[in-house]
Amino acid sequence: MTTQASGDALVSLNGVNKHYGQLHVLKDINLQVRKGEVVVVIGPSGSGKSTLCRAINRLETIDNGDISIDGKHLPEEGKQLANLRADVGMVFQSFNLFAHKTILENVTLGPIKVKGVSKAEAEKEAMKLLERVGVGHQAPKLPAQLSGGQQQRVAIARALAMKPKVMLFDEPTSALDPEMINEVLDVMVQLAKEGMTMIVVTHEMGFARKAADRVVFMADGQIVEDSRPEEFFTNPQSNRAKDFLSKLLTH
Amino acid sequence: MDLFVTGFQNTLILFFISAIAALILGTVVGAMRVSPVPAARATGTLYVNIVRNTPLTLVLFFFALGYPKLGLPPIDFMTAAIIGLSLYTATYVAETLRSGINTVPLGQAEAARAIGLTFGQTLSLVVLPQAFRSVIPPLFSVLIALLKNTTVAAGFSVAEAGAIRANLSERGEPALVGLLWVALIFVILVAGLSVLQRYFENKWRVAR
Repeated sequence: MTTQASGDALVSLNGVNKHYGQLHVLKDINLQVRKGEVVVVIGPSGSGKSTLCRAINRLETIDNGDISIDGKHLPEEGKQLANLRADVGMVFQSFNLFAHKTILENVTLGPIKVKGVSKAEAEKEAMKLLERVGVGHQAPKLPAQLSGGQQQRVAIARALAMKPKVMLFDEPTSALDPEMINEVLDVMVQLAKEGMTMIVVTHEMGFARKAADRVVFMADGQIVEDSRPEEFFTNPQSNRAKDFLSKLLTH
Repeated sequence: MDLFVTGFQNTLILFFISAIAALILGTVVGAMRVSPVPAARATGTLYVNIVRNTPLTLVLFFFALGYPKLGLPPIDFMTAAIIGLSLYTATYVAETLRSGINTVPLGQAEAARAIGLTFGQTLSLVVLPQAFRSVIPPLFSVLIALLKNTTVAAGFSVAEAGAIRANLSERGEPALVGLLWVALIFVILVAGLSVLQRYFENKWRVAR
């Protein structure tokens, strides 16, 4: 256990609990993420890591506890929540690009409708972002015409267009063919280097080693370990983590 | 011949105004039925269940005979027929659209909320456009039914296409011939709608 955060946390979860009926999916979660930190959340499926990620922008509601972003408590549904979500970028496992809109429109929709940016300005910014993730020439196409890796990079550009304070990645490469995983991870590594605050739920241990400041290991709804990547991978403290890692390494 | 012109003119007026009103009202009611607000959901469900479960003839009977006795401002038969047809057809539009909304993957709405769109924006910018695209065929069936339902209004003194046959027979023309002419023109009008349907299906084909 190294970097236990102080009061200047950008994302802060305190005593968060959630149940799905009988199932206790998040058990008293405490997690602080500081500005510029890259936190990778790993763990076996069903451990609650996706739920944790989705709770941070209230796509999942929580039963009790407190979540705040940049000092502001997560509001109830409504206009305020929409405003707060605009500051939190989210990238989904299944891309979720708007199927009826072009690549360019996917990226400009948020800035135009939420931030009131002019169409010309939004398109200029969007083109820059699309170039940056390497899909600039795809701008007039519809999402279904792109490969999975390209769609996911567009989804990252769409989130970045809102100039978020923090980016959440919910298993961003799990739905991709193996040869497309790297093109998405490269964009994410680049983002991490540029100082973006990121919370990444993933099974890509390579990314965790390369880009993470901290690795959070979850099992059965609890945070079991929270340490530096090299520490976690070489010297895991809990049996649960040792077991998890041994299963990964044997294949 | 004049009779045909006035008759079908009224049919088309009834159809176009009712279709537009039904599409607007149906969209609102459809949105209410998927709303997170329980009161809106309940109102939408109540409206659909009451009006859709009533035969169209009774809905029009109400506007022709019941409404004037309510002491509200009087309306002519044409307006009454438009209101009746719109209210009735809107329930079918709402249900068709609701089935379309259910085909839009949940992730689309989540992505929209995640970039900060409000519930209304999520619905109008992301969910409804995709829902409409996926229900073009059944939606046009609803509109075709509306076009033919305009004849029901004939029973309530709106001179539209259905009234032509009755009028012809009264003047001694062979009833069957009049009937065939009316049927033929309806086939042509419906064919027009079908062409429009194919146009929208091609234009709005959404690949997933």
